Amino acid sequence: MLPEPERPGRYWRCGRKKGEDELRRRSLIWIAIIAALAAGPVTAQTSAPQPPASAAPPEDGQWAMPAKNYASTRYSGLDEINTGNVDRLQVAFTFSLGVNRGQEAPPLVVGDTMYIQAPYPNVLYALDLTRPGAPLKWSYEPKPEAAAQGVACCDVVTRGPAFADGRVYMNTLDGNTIAVDAATGQEVWRTKLGNINIGETITMAPLVAKGKVLVGNSGGEYGVRGWIAALDAATGKLAWKAYNTGPDADVLIGPDFKPFYEADRGKDLGVTTWPPGAWQQGGGNVWGWISYDPDLNLIYHGTGNPGPWNPDLRPGDNKWTAGIFARDIDTGAARWAYQWSPHDLFDHDGINETILLDMTWQGQPRKVLVRPERNGYVYVLDRTTGEVLSAKPFAPITSSSGVDLETGRLSMVADKAPQTGKVIRDICPAAPGAKDWNPSAYSPKTGLLYIPHNNLCEDLLGMEANYIAGTPYVGAEVRMKPGPGGHRGEFTAWNIAEEKPAWTVKEPFPVWSGALVTAGDVVFYGSFEGWFKALDARTGKLLWQFKTGSGIIGQPTTYRGPDGHQYVAILSGAGGWAGAIVAGDLDPRDPTAALGFVAAMGDLKQATTRGGMLYVFRLP
Amino acid sequence: MSSGFPRLLLAGLLALASGAAGARELRVCADPNNLPFSNDKGEGFENRIAALVAQDLGATVTTIWWAQRRGFIRNTLKAGLCDLVPGTMLGMEMLRSTRPYYRSGYVFVTRADGPQIRSFDDPSLKDLRIGVQLVGDDGVNPPPAAALARRGLADRVVGYTLYGDYAQPDPAGRIVAAVAKGDVDVAVVWGPFAGYFAPRQPVPLTVTPVQPQTEGLMPMVFDIAMGVRREDKPLAEEVDAALSRHRGEIDAILAQYGVPRLDRTGQAGP
Repeated sequence: MLPEPERPGRYWRCGRKKGEDELRRRSLIWIAIIAALAAGPVTAQTSAPQPPASAAPPEDGQWAMPAKNYASTRYSGLDEINTGNVDRLQVAFTFSLGVNRGQEAPPLVVGDTMYIQAPYPNVLYALDLTRPGAPLKWSYEPKPEAAAQGVACCDVVTRGPAFADGRVYMNTLDGNTIAVDAATGQEVWRTKLGNINIGETITMAPLVAKGKVLVGNSGGEYGVRGWIAALDAATGKLAWKAYNTGPDADVLIGPDFKPFYEADRGKDLGVTTWPPGAWQQGGGNVWGWISYDPDLNLIYHGTGNPGPWNPDLRPGDNKWTAGIFARDIDTGAARWAYQWSPHDLFDHDGINETILLDMTWQGQPRKVLVRPERNGYVYVLDRTTGEVLSAKPFAPITSSSGVDLETGRLSMVADKAPQTGKVIRDICPAAPGAKDWNPSAYSPKTGLLYIPHNNLCEDLLGMEANYIAGTPYVGAEVRMKPGPGGHRGEFTAWNIAEEKPAWTVKEPFPVWSGALVTAGDVVFYGSFEGWFKALDARTGKLLWQFKTGSGIIGQPTTYRGPDGHQYVAILSGAGGWAGAIVAGDLDPRDPTAALGFVAAMGDLKQATTRGGMLYVFRLP
Repeated sequence: MSSGFPRLLLAGLLALASGAAGARELRVCADPNNLPFSNDKGEGFENRIAALVAQDLGATVTTIWWAQRRGFIRNTLKAGLCDLVPGTMLGMEMLRSTRPYYRSGYVFVTRADGPQIRSFDDPSLKDLRIGVQLVGDDGVNPPPAAALARRGLADRVVGYTLYGDYAQPDPAGRIVAAVAKGDVDVAVVWGPFAGYFAPRQPVPLTVTPVQPQTEGLMPMVFDIAMGVRREDKPLAEEVDAALSRHRGEIDAILAQYGVPRLDRTGQAGP
């Protein structure tokens, strides 16, 4: 049965007058037109897609949540630093986080204070921006259980805290969500959500919206069942919790659940698309990003890969793993769901950032979400219905041949499916995907999505046995390697309306940092060698770079300081998945090297060492 | 604090004692809660074999406790926290193996009054609930899981996480207990593990090595050695020598823990 044709306006919620929304939309269009005119010939033809105003309020010079706003644009309206002067940026101050592990968190700024969360042991620092050198105002030590380090799969990272209503909300590796008084650094409440004893950790940044703190778990590789929970921001009490595998009652699938595609309709699909009981260890964790549309009252969150069996042991679509949910923020009730990679074969978690935009699509106004996905496609979905409008590759892909827009289903290439004991070469993208967790940024001025990503493929070279006291196990021997062109990373500016790249910059290593774009038409990101770079957002031209002490895998942010001037901040500190690869120490004697296959990250150790330092820049 | 002085004194005495023993320290990484292999009370057979080796080297053992999960070797041995990891598979790529000191294999565990299974080709498997351990790593399976999948038996499989609930003692023992309780009809588990937990159940269980010993290219039998860092060849050689000098004692320890041996005629099986 086909769904009703999409009627724009149908989903505009009561509680706000329709006229108001139209007014808002019209003024947005005007802003877009003015911006386009000011921007010159690049975007003069069409107005760029705009984030919904309710999810992306006007610039206030702060950076209160990792994604900047609920639409997750990571765009700042500040323009003091621009293409004409960015080459004069210099260090304003630095701060050592005291932990030399992967630094994936964004420096947040609210009022006159900067808030930074370190990797395990997850100390939260508040820096006083009103005084020279931004001295420490307070620090808060959550004291997570040390055993959590042994449970974290890849590194003891955090993707940051979130600020709301005078409090800083943070997650700890050992599974606690904590509210800290932003003025004093005192703990207000603490709620234990994860159990490290069964392999559950929390590495994601919470999203705080409509009086709720939204948190999800990590641990799919241990067979931990994925969930997302909403806590009452005032008290820390659990408001709702939704699992991403299992019976509809657990997944919070009820009468309001209206998935767009046939394959997602039916009773208890989170049970029936697995072998009996396997959903109980099915993964589908929520360790990435959440966006929120206040007008639709919906949150959008991804789900991780199915775990921990290899695909042979879990025939079926393995719902609702490697997908995305739209849920009612008040109740958690699922509105729709879609799987990027049903029956995932490649460890392609579906947890990346979701950018909310309103745009004209084939002549019709649409509320969309944009997702540069691990499987290599930039997806554009109608965020009211879950319909896939577009899925175009932004990186080399051999493992699938595209998305069937009739069924929404990813078409797999059978020859590239892993099989135990069989040699399969040139699977692209590799396990970390065309792009992992590190978030892209969207400029409503340029209409471009700035995607930091990988150019990695892999060979599966038959069988590799391994052992943990308790049981030997076998997997494919994986050799990752650079994709076509020989470089391992790219920074791509993607034109969402035209469904194609505007420009691409090559990087020797995978780009594992987030992106930031500003009204000054400057886009920032960091490289594994430690370069913090500023590019012209329209052309990709490198305008400025600064060599920090360690590889950059953090999320750049920008803010207006108490002195009224614009600052740009980044954490430097290699680690994360790549840190694991460094320490994993791929064998240089690998026979495949003779055939010209170079282990993907073998030389990273020559390029960088560990670190944990904040760098903040400003104009002289 | 009033006890400060005596504690200091004690530390001094301990330092003297280890000095007398030659001041050599053997840093061993082990899981604090993984019997029969190791626990933080030193009750596992790997604890005892490591102590034997240290004694032979004229060293005292310092144990670094770390849950043995994905990343264990990376976070411990390779990060320099310790120098020796007992109980690693021969030829593991991340480290240098000593000579193996035992060989064991996967076994079927059933109730003595239940079905007796020797092979994955046993036709009765399709009607049974089969417990298999899940490992915490992406896309990997213990060989029995792969063998079952290949025969279209994925639907019969009941997964038990290898790590269990770590807050409980013997967290990985759950799968053997599940056979005793009748939650599953048969479990396929790694030999040392079954050999230790099966006799500790309230009902008699049967432990039968998987036949044949390979499944295509996939072994059901593994040699277990100790591991050192790749560059630590001298230490590997010292440990090799110690292992062969104490061959008899090591065999006795393994026998005491019920490890099903496949490297000695007559010792295979329960």
